[in-house]
Amino acid sequence: MEKRTFIKFTLAAAACAAIGTATAADPIRIGAVLSVTGPAAYLGDPELKTLQMYVETLNKSGGVLGRPLELVHYDDGSEAGKANGFAKRLIENDKVDFIIGGTTSGATMAIAPLVERAQVPFISLAGAVVIVEPAKKWVFKTPHTDRMAAERVFDDMKKAGLTKVALLSENSGFGQSGRKEAQAVAAKYGITLVADETYGPKDTDMTAQLTKIKGVPGVQAVFVFGLGQGPAVVTKNFAQLGIKLPLYQSHGVASDEYIRLAGAAAEGVRLPSPALPVAAKLPATDPQKKVVSDYAKLFAERWKAEPSTFGGYAYDGLMLATDAMRRAGSTDKGKVRDALEATTNFVATSGAFNMSASDHMGLSLSAFRMLEIRNGDWTLLN
Amino acid sequence: MLSELLQFLFSGLTVGAMYALAAVGFSLIYSASGVINFAQGEFIMLGGMSAALLVQAGVPLPLAIALAVLVAAAAGLIVEKLAIEPAGNSEVVTLVIITIGASLTLRGLAEVFLGKGNHALPAFSGEDPLVIFGATLMPQSLWVMGVTLVVVLALGLFFGRTTLGKGVLATSCNKLAAQLVGINTRFILLLAFGLSAALGAVGGILVAPMTYTSYDVGIMMGLKGFVAAALGGLGSGFGAIVGGLLLGIVEAMTAGYISSAYKDAMPFVLILLILFFLPQGLFGKKATDRV
Amino acid sequence: MTMKPTTRGFLFLAFVLAVLPLALTNGYYYDLAIRMAINATIAVGLNLLIGYTGQISLGHAGFFGIGAYASAILTSRYGLPSGLALIIGAVATAGLAFAVARPILKLKGHYLAMATLGLGIILSMVVVNETDLTGGPDGMPVDAFSLFGMQIVGEQAWYVVVVLILLLVTRAALNLIDAPAGRALQAIHGAEIAARVAGVDTTSFKVRVFVLSAVVASVMGSVTAHYVGFLTPGVAGFFHSIELVTMVVLGGMASVFGSILGAVVLTLLPQLLSAFEGWETVVFGLILMLTMIFLPRGILPTLRLKFAGRAA
Repeated sequence: MEKRTFIKFTLAAAACAAIGTATAADPIRIGAVLSVTGPAAYLGDPELKTLQMYVETLNKSGGVLGRPLELVHYDDGSEAGKANGFAKRLIENDKVDFIIGGTTSGATMAIAPLVERAQVPFISLAGAVVIVEPAKKWVFKTPHTDRMAAERVFDDMKKAGLTKVALLSENSGFGQSGRKEAQAVAAKYGITLVADETYGPKDTDMTAQLTKIKGVPGVQAVFVFGLGQGPAVVTKNFAQLGIKLPLYQSHGVASDEYIRLAGAAAEGVRLPSPALPVAAKLPATDPQKKVVSDYAKLFAERWKAEPSTFGGYAYDGLMLATDAMRRAGSTDKGKVRDALEATTNFVATSGAFNMSASDHMGLSLSAFRMLEIRNGDWTLLN
Repeated sequence: MLSELLQFLFSGLTVGAMYALAAVGFSLIYSASGVINFAQGEFIMLGGMSAALLVQAGVPLPLAIALAVLVAAAAGLIVEKLAIEPAGNSEVVTLVIITIGASLTLRGLAEVFLGKGNHALPAFSGEDPLVIFGATLMPQSLWVMGVTLVVVLALGLFFGRTTLGKGVLATSCNKLAAQLVGINTRFILLLAFGLSAALGAVGGILVAPMTYTSYDVGIMMGLKGFVAAALGGLGSGFGAIVGGLLLGIVEAMTAGYISSAYKDAMPFVLILLILFFLPQGLFGKKATDRV
Repeated sequence: MTMKPTTRGFLFLAFVLAVLPLALTNGYYYDLAIRMAINATIAVGLNLLIGYTGQISLGHAGFFGIGAYASAILTSRYGLPSGLALIIGAVATAGLAFAVARPILKLKGHYLAMATLGLGIILSMVVVNETDLTGGPDGMPVDAFSLFGMQIVGEQAWYVVVVLILLLVTRAALNLIDAPAGRALQAIHGAEIAARVAGVDTTSFKVRVFVLSAVVASVMGSVTAHYVGFLTPGVAGFFHSIELVTMVVLGGMASVFGSILGAVVLTLLPQLLSAFEGWETVVFGLILMLTMIFLPRGILPTLRLKFAGRAA
């Protein structure tokens, strides 16, 4: 009996000591659930790399609030059910101070009820409008919405006098969210969608869909909403069929890889994009120029790979989170959340963030740039 | 109208020829072992990825192709030696799970060592489409179809004219009897895996200029190859080709005339209907039960 | 008083499940236990089909998906009570399984695999494409499960529910195997024609077992939908089907407790493997291969055989 009490005492003392010394160097735990493998790996992989890289960088410069950052990350394999389980693990078991992630909108929506219940500030890296509309107390997001991408494209079409548009979307979360938003905002820009075709994310030939679109009477432009190799195949098939219509893509292809894959067929393609692909071409007066140039340079050096706009979303998430912690002066979840909501004119890779109680994304339409591919390179349109 | 139909047909034949090449690999291994090799898709991936990365590294195309086929064939032999052979006479389901494990391992290794990016391979004969009655066809499609045809003929000769080929057939009919008449069934199995992997790699390389390649293309190609092989009748090389082409054409026609959203479901509707009426697939052998 | 080994096993399982909460120190551990129990229940049902009748199904995730989406859609879009939605899902699954069972179960081996695979893929395509109903690839939220005005909230409550279902299904499966019908089942796997000659109506047995395992999958789909609170088409997909079959084969075909073990291992593995940063897929594949090479009859039966051999 006595012996047991003694052990208890020593354990308690040891625990006290641990807590005592911990407060100074106890790391701030950033949790992340990302789709590093599976269909959404195209997004999740650069996101993870970005978080890892900047946690290293921040720690080298002394961490945040004098404490180092610790990244606890899980791969949901692009499945929302797994994202839900891993988020529980982050909240209940790893006791993280902040959660970044949810690469896809599905994963984000599967995580959202958990962070609301556990009251953990959460920044999603997914595009769907439903994530922040209506605003949920603990849920924020950094990417532009898919609706904004559609609006930017339709705005450009309207200016060019194109009103009859064929939509070709990918059968993935990204593509179908884009399709839904495109259908929702087309009328606002006086655009009629005259075709609504889809393709599978790993499809190898889209000439059938494009042939069908080509045959639609009066079609004036084609708008493709997808990610990775699919849109590149579409672009090549487009050229193969000799379709002369203007081709618009979504921000899902805003990477150098797309130009390399599609080659000459990509000439003249237009798309909305964050500033990242054109970092070097931004005028020196552009407030984003430094942020995006630095990010692109660091990513390329650290990973020997092309930077991706999707990795940029993770940069924005981490920087917004640490900025909120600094302003809150602590990692108290409630205070950090309030500080995050009070973010004003925070310039990052996706644009300048201005959050409010009703706007948990804080980006305006102008944050999307319209780009055109000319001579195998990006050109900034006005 | 005619040009549209023709365009759908070209699309279907191009995609179908890819599926056919994948299906031949399934059939070959099924013939020799009765196993559906779920790692077949990864051989296709290995071929395409190796060739693309070698070309990127400056290796001339023909040499890169040869090396890529060798890489995949080696992977096939390794899978057989290290995973299938030790499992011996396990139940077929057990072997299927082993091939799933092999597939995950190969894909995982590609992910770790070759990266997650998408890669392209230059087209063999340029990028200028041929125009036929208003429909267009890429020269690369002709390569895919042509090589598929050559493969069919070569396999026909192999099975029909060579002792080795007949040995494979004998092994698939009755393994024990084959052993008794002096056929080295273990070697036959090894051969089947090596050959299937090489064929898969050829397919992966041929389509890479049109469809691009990445570490995870094997999942889709493997699944389609399995479907095509079952459609045509497992274990039938000719059936695999017909199954592949049929699959491709049905997909293209569905996308063109019915609904692109359901184009991937249509082949399965077709397959269920066929299996309901022809339980052995289109060209499968009638199996008799042993009591 | 001597107990049958299966009864002993069942009591042991019940005991483990009863004391397990002592080790579940936070919500995450409960979450794991719940997911294991859900998978184990499906695996026990599926094993009746695979292990005892020797029929492979690569489409059971489709049935899981019917249950899950029936619950999600009927409760949130049509305001039906969740209990009723679950039953409608199960009945729909039973109907579909029954309708396709006869032609499908006439097929053998890989053709059966192909047909069930096709069925599963068609179902998952419907879920992906009918976005107005299902939310498409981005999925849809599901309300809490409520019965007679009481909601199941929190991991502890869910643990009790899924454990009771698991015990119920396990007991039912054990009874079925012990009954004369069960002997018929095993005869089908052993020698179908011999069984038929001996007067067993093999087709009708196969159909019943197929429907039963499909209904179990459907009910667990409904349970999962309410438990997780969010649903994406992946649950109805090909990989989920493969995962379920792997649980059965890994644990041990024709072993009820083996299926439970298989489900536990396969649910736990991804959590443990998250330590392997980037190598998860490779390690998972290697474990699958090595287990099946060295324990070809599945974990539990092989081990049992080994220990029995040593004891004798």
